[in-house]
Amino acid sequence: MDWFPLWNSLRIAAISGVLVFFTGILCAYYIARLPRVVKGILDVILTLPLVLPPTVCGWFLLMIFGLRHPVGQLLQQIGVRFVMTWYGGVLAASVVAFPLMYRTARGAFESFDETLAWSGKTLGLSNTFIFWRIRMPACRQGILAGAVLAFARALGEYGATSMLIGFTPGRTATISTTVYQLWRTGDDAGALVWVLVNLAISAAVLLAVNLLERKNRQGRRAV
Amino acid sequence: MSLEVCIKKRLGKFLLDVEFHAEPGVMGLLGASGSGKTVTLMCIAGILRPDEGRILLNGRVLFDSEKRIDLPPQQRRVGYLFQNYALFPNMTVERNIACGLCREKDRAARKKAVADIISRMRLTGLEKHRPHQLSGGQQQRVALARILVGQPELLLLDEPLSALDSHLKDQLVVELRHLLKSYGRDALLVTHSRDEAYRLCNTLAVMEEGRLLGMGGTREFFADPGTRTGAALTGCKNIVDAKKAGEMSVYVPDWGVTLDAGKPVGDHLVAIGIRAHHFGGAIGENSFPIRVVEEIEEPFEWTVKFMYETQQDGSMPVWWRMPKAARPERLPDRLGVSPENILLLYQ
Repeated sequence: MDWFPLWNSLRIAAISGVLVFFTGILCAYYIARLPRVVKGILDVILTLPLVLPPTVCGWFLLMIFGLRHPVGQLLQQIGVRFVMTWYGGVLAASVVAFPLMYRTARGAFESFDETLAWSGKTLGLSNTFIFWRIRMPACRQGILAGAVLAFARALGEYGATSMLIGFTPGRTATISTTVYQLWRTGDDAGALVWVLVNLAISAAVLLAVNLLERKNRQGRRAV
Repeated sequence: MSLEVCIKKRLGKFLLDVEFHAEPGVMGLLGASGSGKTVTLMCIAGILRPDEGRILLNGRVLFDSEKRIDLPPQQRRVGYLFQNYALFPNMTVERNIACGLCREKDRAARKKAVADIISRMRLTGLEKHRPHQLSGGQQQRVALARILVGQPELLLLDEPLSALDSHLKDQLVVELRHLLKSYGRDALLVTHSRDEAYRLCNTLAVMEEGRLLGMGGTREFFADPGTRTGAALTGCKNIVDAKKAGEMSVYVPDWGVTLDAGKPVGDHLVAIGIRAHHFGGAIGENSFPIRVVEEIEEPFEWTVKFMYETQQDGSMPVWWRMPKAARPERLPDRLGVSPENILLLYQ
């Protein structure tokens, strides 16, 4: 059996998960500080992929990065191509998963007690220290939840991915596109294997989160 | 200390416009909520940026809108004690305090200073505790230790006692007073409690609607608050419109009496204040017939509400308060007040 889709899905989800984790947090942090009107507009744009059908996101991505369109052509000249490549999958998964991270992180930041940051500043702590050592730990619950949701979404991405990178066995096939492909060609047994693999991964992720949460809670109680 | 503040800041409809020069020791900013006390502290600490003005601390410019100087809070060396103490919940007591010493690069020196202040602030044994495991008083001591360990030039205390139960409050006022003395730090204390202000501050400034109404020594201020707001903040129960009647006397239309003030009265007098415990049946001066409206028993005092015989219908009864032991068998039908106990209010 060819395990390539598993490996491909995992690397796409992992890389886009990391990308979305940092960009989502930074956007949430800085956009929360912008004037109301600008904030509202950016909010709509950044959350749009969450409410649009993934195929519409895929269409937009093709309109931008497609090989017959200016940006896509420009990128190809410097050797970067998102259409029909596995890192195109990273792009698609990132765009679709980003709003989940951004939204949950923003909610967490907005409920943060700002006096903690202020007192840190008057004590002489650097803004970087305050962000990573005070703000982030205080918002850990929300940020962790956002990261898990984003990773899970990236792992299961189908619509935008299939439009941008299609299905090429051994090159762009992911678990979700493989399941569809196998079912379409009547290979129910093959599809079932990948369905089970997917279930196993999802269960493992959720279990890990629960364990992490419990350890955190115990750690805090023990001191 | 020399702290010079002259700032303007607009926040929506609210306009802060204050100018003062703080005396050494503890200065109190007294005012109702929403009068701009906290905004003033935040501007001094660098958390809020004033629209214009200057802030100087011991000759150092912290903020100057003309010279475009605006030191970040990290460089101001101003300690800020928040109302909720703002301890970092994810760190132990020890780590919290070490955060106040982040300017010190030498690890050994830092460790020693932290250990030092932990024992001085009676926090020994709590080093590994987290803030939520501490009592209110312990939290306050940790917050103060964290600030004092960095040796700030000025302490800003924002209603440090309002989050506590009243029995704890009395204890902590004494403790805070002792600490401020033994550390010799100059401080600016924001409060709306006259007891806190009286016990902790050498000088007082009164704020109302973003402006400073006046400032002076604490004792002098309680003896002669000078304004309606000031009188109310010092706990004066009877504040009533009044007019100048003669060189040394005032007429109170609501009460229908003319009182001897015992001191020259200014032309622009708007009101007078009489503290509830300054009335007495045996006082011969300013003595007028009264009738009792209501008697209220309190833990250690009696409050008697009365009306002058000449008092306008519908006006507020006057408060008279005496210790329980001093209550006469029969309440008198005349009450007097010494001229020196009549507060002349001009605003």
